[in-house]
Amino acid sequence: MTTSTKGTAKAPAVLVLEDGRVFRGRAYGAVGVTFGEAVFSTGMTGYQETLTDPSYHRQVVVMTAPHVGNTGVNDEDPESKRIWVAGYVVRDPARVPSNWRARRSLDEELRTQGVVGISGIDTRALTRHLRERGAMRVGIFSGSALPDEDTMLAEVRQAPEMKGADLSAEVATKKTYVVPAIGEKKFTVAAVDLGIKGMTPHRMAERGIEVHVLPATATAEEVFAVNPDGVFFSNGPGDPATADHPVSVMQAVLERGTPLFGICFGNQILGRALGFGTYKLKYGHRGINQPVQDRTTGKVEVTAHNHGFAVDAPLDKVSDTPYGRAEVSHVCLNDNVVEGLQLLDKPAFSVQYHPEAAAGPHDAAYLFDRFVSLMEGQRA
Amino acid sequence: MPKRTDIQSVLVIGSGPIVIGQAAEFDYSGTQACRVLKAEGLRVVLVNSNPATIMTDPEIADATYVEPITPEFVEKIIAKERPDALLPTLGGQTALNTAISLHEAGTLEKYGVELIGANVEAINKGEDRDLFKEVVEAVRAKIGHGESARSVICHSMDDVLNGVETLGGYPVVVRPSFTMGGAGSGFAHDEEELRRIAGTGLTLSPTTEVLLEESILGWKEYELELMRDKHDNVVVVCSIENFDPMGVHTGDSITVAPAMTLTDREYQILRDIGIAVIREVGVDTGGCNIQFAVNPDDGRVIVIEMNPRVSRSSALASKATGFPIAKIAAKLAVGYTLDEIPNDITEQTPASFEPTLDYVVVKAPRFAFEKFPQADSTLTTTMKSVGEAMAIGRNFTEALQKALRSLEKKGSQFTFVGEPGDKAELLREAVRPTDGRINSVMQAIRAGATPEEVFEATKIDPWFVDQLFLIKEIADELAAAERLDVELLAEAKRHGFSDQQIGEIRGLREDVVREVRHALGVRPVYKTVDTCAAEFAARTPYFYSSYDEETEVASREKPAVIILGSGPNRIGQGIEFDYSCVHASFALSDAGYETVMVNCNPETVSTDYDTSDRLYFEPLTLEDVLEIVHAESLAGPIAGVVVQLGGQTPLGLSQALKDNGVPVVGTSPEAIHAAEDRGAFGQVLAEAGLPAPKHGTATTFAGAKAIADEIGYPVLVRPSYVLGGRGMEIVYDEVRLEAYIAESTEISPSRPVLVDRFLDDAIEIDVDALYDGEELYLGGVMEHIEEAGIHSGDSACALPPITLGGFDIKRLRASTEAIAKGVGVRGLINIQFAMAGDILYVLEANPRASRTVPFTSKATAVPLAKAAARISLGATIAELRAEGLLPANGDGGTLPLDAPISVKEAVMPWSRFRDIHGRGVDTVLGPEMRSTGEVMGIDSVFGTAYAKSQAGAYGPLPTKGRAFISVANRDKRSVIFPARELVAHGFELLATAGTAEVLKRNGINTTVVRKHSDGEGPNGERTIVQLIHDGEVDLIVNTPYGTGGRLDGYDIRTAAVARSVPCLTTVQALAAAVQGIDALNHGDVGVRSLQEHAEHLTAARD
Repeated sequence: MTTSTKGTAKAPAVLVLEDGRVFRGRAYGAVGVTFGEAVFSTGMTGYQETLTDPSYHRQVVVMTAPHVGNTGVNDEDPESKRIWVAGYVVRDPARVPSNWRARRSLDEELRTQGVVGISGIDTRALTRHLRERGAMRVGIFSGSALPDEDTMLAEVRQAPEMKGADLSAEVATKKTYVVPAIGEKKFTVAAVDLGIKGMTPHRMAERGIEVHVLPATATAEEVFAVNPDGVFFSNGPGDPATADHPVSVMQAVLERGTPLFGICFGNQILGRALGFGTYKLKYGHRGINQPVQDRTTGKVEVTAHNHGFAVDAPLDKVSDTPYGRAEVSHVCLNDNVVEGLQLLDKPAFSVQYHPEAAAGPHDAAYLFDRFVSLMEGQRA
Repeated sequence: MPKRTDIQSVLVIGSGPIVIGQAAEFDYSGTQACRVLKAEGLRVVLVNSNPATIMTDPEIADATYVEPITPEFVEKIIAKERPDALLPTLGGQTALNTAISLHEAGTLEKYGVELIGANVEAINKGEDRDLFKEVVEAVRAKIGHGESARSVICHSMDDVLNGVETLGGYPVVVRPSFTMGGAGSGFAHDEEELRRIAGTGLTLSPTTEVLLEESILGWKEYELELMRDKHDNVVVVCSIENFDPMGVHTGDSITVAPAMTLTDREYQILRDIGIAVIREVGVDTGGCNIQFAVNPDDGRVIVIEMNPRVSRSSALASKATGFPIAKIAAKLAVGYTLDEIPNDITEQTPASFEPTLDYVVVKAPRFAFEKFPQADSTLTTTMKSVGEAMAIGRNFTEALQKALRSLEKKGSQFTFVGEPGDKAELLREAVRPTDGRINSVMQAIRAGATPEEVFEATKIDPWFVDQLFLIKEIADELAAAERLDVELLAEAKRHGFSDQQIGEIRGLREDVVREVRHALGVRPVYKTVDTCAAEFAARTPYFYSSYDEETEVASREKPAVIILGSGPNRIGQGIEFDYSCVHASFALSDAGYETVMVNCNPETVSTDYDTSDRLYFEPLTLEDVLEIVHAESLAGPIAGVVVQLGGQTPLGLSQALKDNGVPVVGTSPEAIHAAEDRGAFGQVLAEAGLPAPKHGTATTFAGAKAIADEIGYPVLVRPSYVLGGRGMEIVYDEVRLEAYIAESTEISPSRPVLVDRFLDDAIEIDVDALYDGEELYLGGVMEHIEEAGIHSGDSACALPPITLGGFDIKRLRASTEAIAKGVGVRGLINIQFAMAGDILYVLEANPRASRTVPFTSKATAVPLAKAAARISLGATIAELRAEGLLPANGDGGTLPLDAPISVKEAVMPWSRFRDIHGRGVDTVLGPEMRSTGEVMGIDSVFGTAYAKSQAGAYGPLPTKGRAFISVANRDKRSVIFPARELVAHGFELLATAGTAEVLKRNGINTTVVRKHSDGEGPNGERTIVQLIHDGEVDLIVNTPYGTGGRLDGYDIRTAAVARSVPCLTTVQALAAAVQGIDALNHGDVGVRSLQEHAEHLTAARD
C-alpha cells in the first residue's frame, strides 16, 4: 500500500506502539528493527536538520508532512555529524531528490547510516493517537521475515523509557573543540555540550564569539579554565531530572555571576538550578510554527521547538531563588508552557525553544544579541 | 490591546463585476470582513456593483450600496453615510485604485475618512514598480537577501526600445503599472512583439508606465502569504509553489501548497525576505502576498512583486490552510493583534502562529479558450483563466488527479489509453505553456520521454516530473495486472486515480470498477483541515477525502441536507450559482437541518468553513459525491441531496445519484429530463398549448439541412445539454450549417443538435419562478435590452420589464405555471421567452436556479434561492409566505408601479485576449455566452439605472463629445431617433458614408469619416480606427453586418476595447444609452442603499 519504487518492491514493515496499536507499511531506509520513543514533528521543511539534531536521540520521529526527502541530502545542512533519530516514519518518501545542493537521496542516507524507517502508513492517524494517548515507546520492524504481533509488542514493552533517561553524555562531544569567531573576535564563550546543534555555535561565531565546546561531563573548573565572557548550556536529549551534573556546574556559574544563556535542555537545567521542577509533556512540542510571546515586550515570535519536557515555574509572579529574583520571560501561546526564564538580579537567561533555528524561522535570533549585550554589560 | 474605540462606522469597497483576474474570491474575502466588522459592533457601509455576491445581501452590511465603484459614486456614498474609516484592501485592485483616487482627489480628507488596513504610502510602495524596487534594495541592505530582476521603467516607446539594450537584449518582460491580474503584460522575443505589448501596456496603465525586465523564464516560482499586526507580529500563513515555472501568470499556473521543493534554509530566506518586505513597505495591519522566483541552478532569489491587500492567492491560502486571512485582516484593521484572535479551527490556540499542513493542496486553472477561438491560447504573464478548482489529498498525486477531475472539462484528466503520439512532437508541444500542457507532458511520458527530456522542454521541477512518472507507472501496473486486487486498487486510489480512469485502463465501466472496489472494501476516509497537522484537536468539520486508514467524520443526530455546489467558475456557470448554494445552506440551517456543502472552488463563499455545518472540499463527480453520501449516511440521517442550485454540474448528476439510491430532493431527475430533452419538452409545451419556435433535432448534416429548409434560414443551432449557449450559433446559410455540423464535436445520437427558427427582432424575456406543485411564485420578469439571438447571459436586462404591460405579464405567468406544472418542478425554474409580433414563444426552460436568481432576488428584495431550498425539502409557498420568507401578498410579477428599476449589464473579457498576431478579438455579442460577470444599476427610473449599470460595467457613459455611428442596413431605420437625441444632447456625430447618408437625409448633421479599409486620406485624413486610437471618439455605435463583411467593424470594436471607449453593438443598447445620457444630463444622480430600496418596496407592497 505505498509508493511504488522503480523496479524494487520495498520490504514490508510494521510499526508497533506500546499500547498495542499497529500500523503496516513498507520499509524505508535501512531494513531491520529499532525501538525508541514515538514523537511527531510538524515541520514542513528541514528534515535534514531534524534527523541530525542530537535531541532526537532514542526517539522515533513521525513526520506529519507527507512528502519527505524531496530536496535530498546535502552536505551543508546537517546539525551534527550523524543522524540521531532512532527511527523514521514518513508517508510518501521522495523517489528522486531535486535541489541544486542535493548530493544524494534521503533513502540512501538513511540506509548508509543504518536508520530503520517505515513509509506508507497513515501518519495522521498515528499523530492523532500520540496526541490523545501521549508519547510512548514504539518499535519498527522491517524485512521479509517478521515476528508475530505479540512478539513484537513484547519487545517494544521491554525497550527503555524516556522518563529517567540520562542521554547527554551519549551524544555530546568527548573532547573540547573550538569554533572560531567569524571576523573580529570579541568574546569567549564556554558552551557545555549536552547534545548541541551545529547552528548554535555558528550563530554565536557570527557575532564575534569564539566558542569552546566542552563535553557534557565538563566540570565547573574546566568551564572557568576557558576564561569565558559567557557560559552556554545547550539543547540535548533525555530527562532533565537526571541531569544533576550539569545542574551543579550551572549553579557554580550562577554563583560566580558569569553571563549565562541556555537553550532547550539548558533551559530545563536553569529551571532546576533555580529550584523549579521539570515535568514530561503529554506529547511535547516539535515543529517550527510555535507562537511564543516575549513577556517583556509582548511581541510574538514564531519559533522552532523540540522538547518533550518543560519547566514548572509560576507564570504569574516573580519567584525568589537562591540567585535572586527570577521570572518566566517567554511563554507558548498555544498551551502556556514555560518557554523562557530570566534572572532579574544576575546576567542569566534561557529559552526552551530554538533561536538558532535550524530548521525553523529566524524570529528569535535576537536572543543571541541579548546574550552579547549581557556579556558587554558585564565587561563595562 | 483591544479594538480601537474611535471608529464607529467603516466603508468597505467590493471588487465589482467578476472579470478575469478578479473573481469570486473577493466576495469570499469581503463577506468575511463585513461579518467580522459587524460582529464587532461597527456600522458597515458597503459598495459593490455586483449583485451576484453574498456580500451584497442586505443582512451582511448595515447599508449596502449596489452602485458603480467609481470615485464619483463612492464620494456620494461617503457624503451620505459619513463613515469614520475606509477599508480598501478587501476588494482587489478595484477597491485599492478607487481608494487611491479618493485620497488623491482630497475626498477622504474632506469628509474625515481614515484609510485603515493599508496606508497610501504602503499601497504605492507595493504597487509602483520603481518604489518597490527601492523596497527590495533596502531589504537586501538589511538582511543580505533578495533582489529585483534587472529592469528599466519606461514612459514611452523610445524608453522601451532603449531599455532592451540596457538589459542586454531579448527576451524581455513587459509589465504595465497599476493594472490588475497582470493585464497587458507579456514576454517580448523581438522588436515587433515588444512594440505591440509595450504599446498596449502603456495604454492600459493609468500612469502610462511599463516596466521592462530581464527574463527569468523557467525559474521556480513561489508565493508567500503574510499577515502583520500593529505590534509588528508577522506570520507566514502559507507557501505556494507553482508547478509551471516562471513565465505563466500564477493565476494560470497549477499551484501547490505547501512548497514542495525547498530546503528549510531556502524557505527561511524567502520567509525573511517576505517579513522584511512587509515591514519596509509599511503594511501596518493586514495581509499581503509576495511572489518570488528562484533560480533552480544556484538558488538566486528574485522578489517579483507584492500585493498589499487580500488577493486570489490569499483566498486560496485560506482554503488551503484553514486560516481565514480576510477575516483576520479585518480584525487587525480595527485594532486587534494576532495573539488576541483565536484560531477558529482549534478554538484553543491563537492566530499568531503559522499553519502547518499534513496534506497537499493543488489548484488547477480553468480556461475558456473554446469561447474565443481567435484568441492565442499560449499562457503568459497576463492571466487568462476564468476559474479554478482546488483539491486536497494526502499526497501530491492524489491532490493533482482530484484537481484535474474537478475541472470538469473534457480531457482535463490524464488518459492512459490509445496511442500517445509522437514523442518529439509531444515534447515540442509541451514547450509552449497552454491549457492542458500537463496532459501533453503525460502523453510524452507515455511515448517514452525521459525525465530529463521533460525537464528540458518544460523546466518543470524534476520532483514534479517524477510524480508524473509515478502516476504513469501506476497506470502501467493497472493495465498489466491480471486482476484488480485490494493492494493494487488501494495503491491506485492513493495516487488519485478515479474509478472512471481505472475503468478506462481496464476496459471496464466506471460503475463496475466501483462495485469491485466496494466489494474489496477500498473506500476513502475523510481527514480534517485543521491548521496544525493534528497537533491540536479540530473543532471545525472541514474535510477532504483520502485513501488512508482512519476517518474523522463524527456522527450526528440532526438530519443532514447535502448541497452540491457548482465547481470551478467558468463562463456560463459562475458565482451566481454559488450564491444560491450558500443561500440554501443558510435557509436550511435556519430550518433545523445540518447542512453539508460539497464543492471544489476555492474562490467561493460556499467553501468557507463558516458557511455550512460541514464542508467537503471535493470534486463534484459522481464517484466523489457517492462516497460523501456514503460517509454521511454512516454519520447520521440524510434528509436529501440538493442538486438544483449549483447549475449544470450537480444537475447533470441528478439521475445517476437517484439510480444509486441517493435521495435527490426538489425537482426530480425525470422532471429535469422533461425540461432538457427537446422531445419531452415539446410534449409539455404541446399539452399546455404553448408555441415554441419551429424546430427539430438532428444527428447528421442531412437531417439538420432538412429541418432548416423547412423552417427557413436563419436558424439557431446548438448541441443539447449545454450551459451558457456553448456551441450555439445563428446560421444564415447551408454552407455554414454544414461546417457547423462538421466542426461540432459534441453531437452524437444521444446528444443531437437542435435546430430552431431564429426569431429576428423579438423581445427576449427571462422569468425566474418558484413552484411547489400547487402554487406559482413569479420571482421576476426581466426584459432584455438586446434582441433575441444574443445569449441571455450577455444581454442587459431590466426588471421590472420596461415595455411589457399587465396583459403580457399575465400571459407570462400563465405560461410559466403551465410549464412548471407540466415539467414537475419543485423549486426554481427559469424560462426564456421571446415576444415576436404578438406571439409569446417559449425558447427554453431550466428546472434549476438560474444565473439571474441573485439579481432577481436583489431587485425584488425576496430571497428566491432560500425559498427554493425550503420547497425542495417540502415546504409550500403558502407556508413560506406565512413564515415571512416570501412576501405575504403578490410576487415579482406584481411589483408596485413605483418599485425601483434594476438593470443588469454583462461584463465581457475582450481586453484579456489577443490572437496569435497580437490583435484583439472581436467583441460582437452572439448566442454563445462569453461574459464573465455582471453588474446591477438600480434607481427609480430606467435611464438612470441603465446609466449606473454602464458606469459599473465599463465606466461612465459620456454626456457629451463625439459619437461615431456605423450600423448594418437593417438597423438604419431605427438608429435615426436615438441619433437625433445624441445631437440634442450636444454630441457631434461621425459616421461612415452609408450611415451618414441616412442620417443626413433625415436632417441630422453628421461628419463622414474614412473607413479603416479606405486607409488614410490623401491629405492625411485619419480613418475611424485612427481617430479612436488617438482618443478623439467618446462613444461608438457599431452593429455587425450579418456574418460576412465584418472586417471594418472588427477593427473599430477592437480599437474601442483597447482605448476603453464605450461601444454599443445593438441599436437597442443605443436607445437605452440615450435614456441614460438623458438622465445624467438632467440633474444629480443619487445613491440609495438596498435596505432603503427594500423598505420602500415593502411599504408599497402592503
